[in-house]
Amino acid sequence: MVEVSEVSEVSRWASRCALRERLRPYRVLLASRARAQMQYRASFVTDILGTVGVGLAEFAEVWVIFHNVTVLGGLDFTAALLVFALSNIAFALADMFVGHLDQLPRYIRAGQVDAFYVRPLPLLAQLMTSDLSLRRVGRLSVALVALVVALSTAHIAWSAATVGLVALTVLSGTAIFSALFTAAGGLQFFLVDGAELTNSFTYGGSYAAQQSQQVFPGPLRIFWTFVVPTAFVAYIPAVAILDLPDSLAPYWLAWCTPLAALLAWVVAGLCWRLGTRHYQGAGG
Amino acid sequence: MSANGNIIETRDLVRDFRRTRAVDRMTFSVEPGEAVGYIGANGAGKSTSIKMLTGILKPTSGHVRTCGLDPMRERVEVARRVGVVFGQRSQLWWDLPLRDSFAILGAIHRLDERATRARTDLLVDQLEMGPQLGTPVRSLSLGQRMRAEIAAALLHSPELLILDEPTIGLDVLSKQRLREFLVAERRQRGTTLLLTTHDMGDIERLCDRVLVVDHGRLAFDGTLAGLAGTVGAQRVLVLDLAQPTPDLLDVPGATLFESESGGLRQRLVFDAEATTVAAVLAHVSSRHEVRDLTIEEPDIEDVVRRIYAASRRA
Repeated sequence: MVEVSEVSEVSRWASRCALRERLRPYRVLLASRARAQMQYRASFVTDILGTVGVGLAEFAEVWVIFHNVTVLGGLDFTAALLVFALSNIAFALADMFVGHLDQLPRYIRAGQVDAFYVRPLPLLAQLMTSDLSLRRVGRLSVALVALVVALSTAHIAWSAATVGLVALTVLSGTAIFSALFTAAGGLQFFLVDGAELTNSFTYGGSYAAQQSQQVFPGPLRIFWTFVVPTAFVAYIPAVAILDLPDSLAPYWLAWCTPLAALLAWVVAGLCWRLGTRHYQGAGG
Repeated sequence: MSANGNIIETRDLVRDFRRTRAVDRMTFSVEPGEAVGYIGANGAGKSTSIKMLTGILKPTSGHVRTCGLDPMRERVEVARRVGVVFGQRSQLWWDLPLRDSFAILGAIHRLDERATRARTDLLVDQLEMGPQLGTPVRSLSLGQRMRAEIAAALLHSPELLILDEPTIGLDVLSKQRLREFLVAERRQRGTTLLLTTHDMGDIERLCDRVLVVDHGRLAFDGTLAGLAGTVGAQRVLVLDLAQPTPDLLDVPGATLFESESGGLRQRLVFDAEATTVAAVLAHVSSRHEVRDLTIEEPDIEDVVRRIYAASRRA
């Protein structure tokens, strides 16, 4: 018995090592990106202050609205703050890790994409790890503060499920925005200067995710739920966490955020495949 | 490697871009250890075919194998076995010290740290790049950067090294060092070389075989001497004589090309097959005092131009 458990222990250890080894190139790449940003300390600090500013500006909008009204789209200030926090955390994280994917035309012009093709790693993985926008921690930290304030001032019936739901929401939300950036990247292979169009669903999606979905007219609400699923990033889970009434967002739907993320990734994967096929067809 | 042992193999390779045919039924193969110069005018189809060899671009039709692999379906494996240097594009991380680029590429190619360091040390030593290891890539001179690019492409010890315009913009000394290194690398490791260039010095120093592409087609495949021979290019012996001399019209195997300064400098065209420099020189110096001499090799640019003209007529 002892031997069997030892064998499984060893094989588990071996597979962990194999995984570590598989991920080593990406770890090294990301670490190098972080190091490069630290080399220009002054500009790094300015950049962080800049994204703190962006985060605060986004927050100011919520604050101004609730300075004038007490309830908007079924949300009071605390609830709106929670939606704001969840969507901004997810967006800032996704933007930090894969936000540069929508800069693809720049990579193509610099010949960087051809350089990726002659390296023995998947193209998408290389592009994702080719940058790490640490300056986004500015916006992230504003959102984290908002989350702490919202969760502590709201009347929440805390349970293990609630904690799990918050964590799951952040993970799924980040995955959803990452999928949007990836889809945007894939489409950029076709579109010359397509950033304007793809921004409408990356940055547009981020804006939509911050809102109570009840403010949108029906078709738009369907769009932000089923086409670009940003309703799953913050609003639907927030309704469940705060136990708010919304007949169109039943509580069980809040647990479906991974499903929304999965579907978003299927679409993103297709866009990416289509894009790289097109690139190999059209040339750099 | 493919069944017949070729490291590169193309058959009827075609690539169309909308209405133009960039590569037109190209067929050639390269054996391991060869050094092949790939020349042609801009837009002749060199880069397009290199992109098809490395899996960046999908062929419209035809067959292509690199290291015996299909570059489209097995791009990652091809990337493990081939090193590529795009002269105009960088493989390095411009915002980090050069040393870091080698470390990152080592990880990308899954060399362990010791192997990466050993290989880096060797390449850095051979390319004399030691003093630049701590310099950010963006601060390297063009010549230094090019050497670094080549070291980067060789870090994983590829069987095939593809160089796209490796000497473009380099000064004479940098070119010289780069060529010397590549000759040594070939000699030591038997690395196969495929290089595109506009610099005929690169071809003369590095390549034992030349492929000339024109309008997507292979216009010539053979040795450099053969290339010169095809279009009848001849070597020229330039003689500086002590005194103004009448035209040297009676030298066996050579004909007078031109005479300058009243016969002080005379250019004799001779066919390397028919006579030797020594014989021509002996003949002339037995009659006149020769002060200096130079030999002008066939101008390959000119040879290539003639090949184009010939292939266009055909």
